[in-house]
Amino acid sequence: MFHLILFLFFGAICVAGAVNLLVQSHPINSALSLIVVMGSLAAEYLLLGAEFLAAVQVIVYAGAIMVLFLITIMLLNAGKEERTKGSRVAILIGVPGVTIGAVLVAWTLVGPSSTTHSVSIGALWGSPADIARLLFHDFLLPFEVTSVLILIAIMGAVVLASKPEAVARGPRKDEG
Amino acid sequence: MSITTFIIISIIKSVAVVGVLLTAVAYSVWLERKVSAHIQNRWGPTRVGPFGLLQPLADGVKFIFKEDLTQPHVYKPLYIAAPIIAVVFAITSISVIPFGNWVEIGPWGTYLQITDLNIGLLVVLGITSMGVYGVALAGWSSNNKYSLLGAMRASAQMVSYEVSLGLSLVGVVIMAGSLSLRTIVDAQGGVFWGFIPRWNIFHGQTLGFFVYLISAYAETNRTPFDLPEAESELVAGYHTEYSAMKFAMFFMAEYANMVTVACLATLMFLGGWHGPIAGPLILRDIEPVIWFCLKVFFFMFLYVWVRWTLPRFRYDQLMAFGWKVLLPLAVANIVYTALVVALRA
Repeated sequence: MFHLILFLFFGAICVAGAVNLLVQSHPINSALSLIVVMGSLAAEYLLLGAEFLAAVQVIVYAGAIMVLFLITIMLLNAGKEERTKGSRVAILIGVPGVTIGAVLVAWTLVGPSSTTHSVSIGALWGSPADIARLLFHDFLLPFEVTSVLILIAIMGAVVLASKPEAVARGPRKDEG
Repeated sequence: MSITTFIIISIIKSVAVVGVLLTAVAYSVWLERKVSAHIQNRWGPTRVGPFGLLQPLADGVKFIFKEDLTQPHVYKPLYIAAPIIAVVFAITSISVIPFGNWVEIGPWGTYLQITDLNIGLLVVLGITSMGVYGVALAGWSSNNKYSLLGAMRASAQMVSYEVSLGLSLVGVVIMAGSLSLRTIVDAQGGVFWGFIPRWNIFHGQTLGFFVYLISAYAETNRTPFDLPEAESELVAGYHTEYSAMKFAMFFMAEYANMVTVACLATLMFLGGWHGPIAGPLILRDIEPVIWFCLKVFFFMFLYVWVRWTLPRFRYDQLMAFGWKVLLPLAVANIVYTALVVALRA
């Protein structure tokens, strides 16, 4: 009972944050709403028994990635955005489409033929040791290949961001 | 244990721990003023109470009654929220820190810890990583270039040093095989050859300890890494525009973070509450807590000592040191620990 109330509470905060993210006209407020979404998602994971996932969600998304978002917005000093009326296509096709999609998802999850049920903390299989065994034993190759892929992406970003003559000249000598 | 007893015990523990933490924060300020004064051959606070011991109380009263200025050019919602965010996350991170072993009072027994999670260490790291928002938002919402520069420096520095801080703890986690702070401390009981304690710092994690200590200084924005509030260049950095209680909240957050970092160092490397225990039964319950407090006090003293001994880094040196020296050392420590543990198993 307690769990259900908490779960619904954080779910409501999550949805409210997501709506606020779209409604706010100032980028900083939108970024902060996204942090609220991330944080309440972490709370939902925790209530579902995925403690490790919850902690990683906070450390990586809310604590590191969103800080970079925030720094970027602050450095650009992005001002308020102008409101537009929105496109007619979005109103005519987008809104009914999203509504139908949401109803379908809800029907599959909680409808009469669904097989889902609620769980309590610790009932699921997701302790740090289990996740580590999956990552470093069962799926070691995909995991390592993904990390190499990310490394390549970082190197590509560095090359794209630096000035062409700086790349040709090599690393600066006066660093340190 | 019924749910009512559980809730009552939890509330009592939370209130007690937060009360002790806030008192410790107030007296760390007193300690800092007193020790820095003696290092500089002065007396420090002496007027309020014996040895100036009531000075924190007087400071608190002063902060409450000072005029709370809000500049017209600030972005008000975030300007007010920033110190609250900073202080809330700083205080919350104490919730999984264990202070001592199992104690029994009458029919009820409890661990001296608000709650024990099997991911306790990650919870502390997660909550402290959120603290950077307080600083970043304070600098931006103040609409002042010194504040913004301070906030930029602080966020970049805290995000960078968090990496080596987290990695320096992995060695300890590998050795204990758990992320629960209580299990990590339990793994450090006992002695080598009858007199050297089995603390992690003497058990192959010396390098990890020093990497952690240096990263922790940067993470809490303390000298020699206090560039976010370098007064010679930035007035006061991110809290330039803050006064009265709002300024005091940043102050409290900084010292509460120092206490948390000192607690974590004690738990991870110095064996937590382990220490020689002797005397009658009633003392045996209290002595572990005293050992824990003494170790934390040692780290708090070290903070002040270092502050008045080392000069400030330059900003490019700070970044180069974090990424080119501390990060490789932390990774080397992980590889070495993993190899030793794997070969022994």
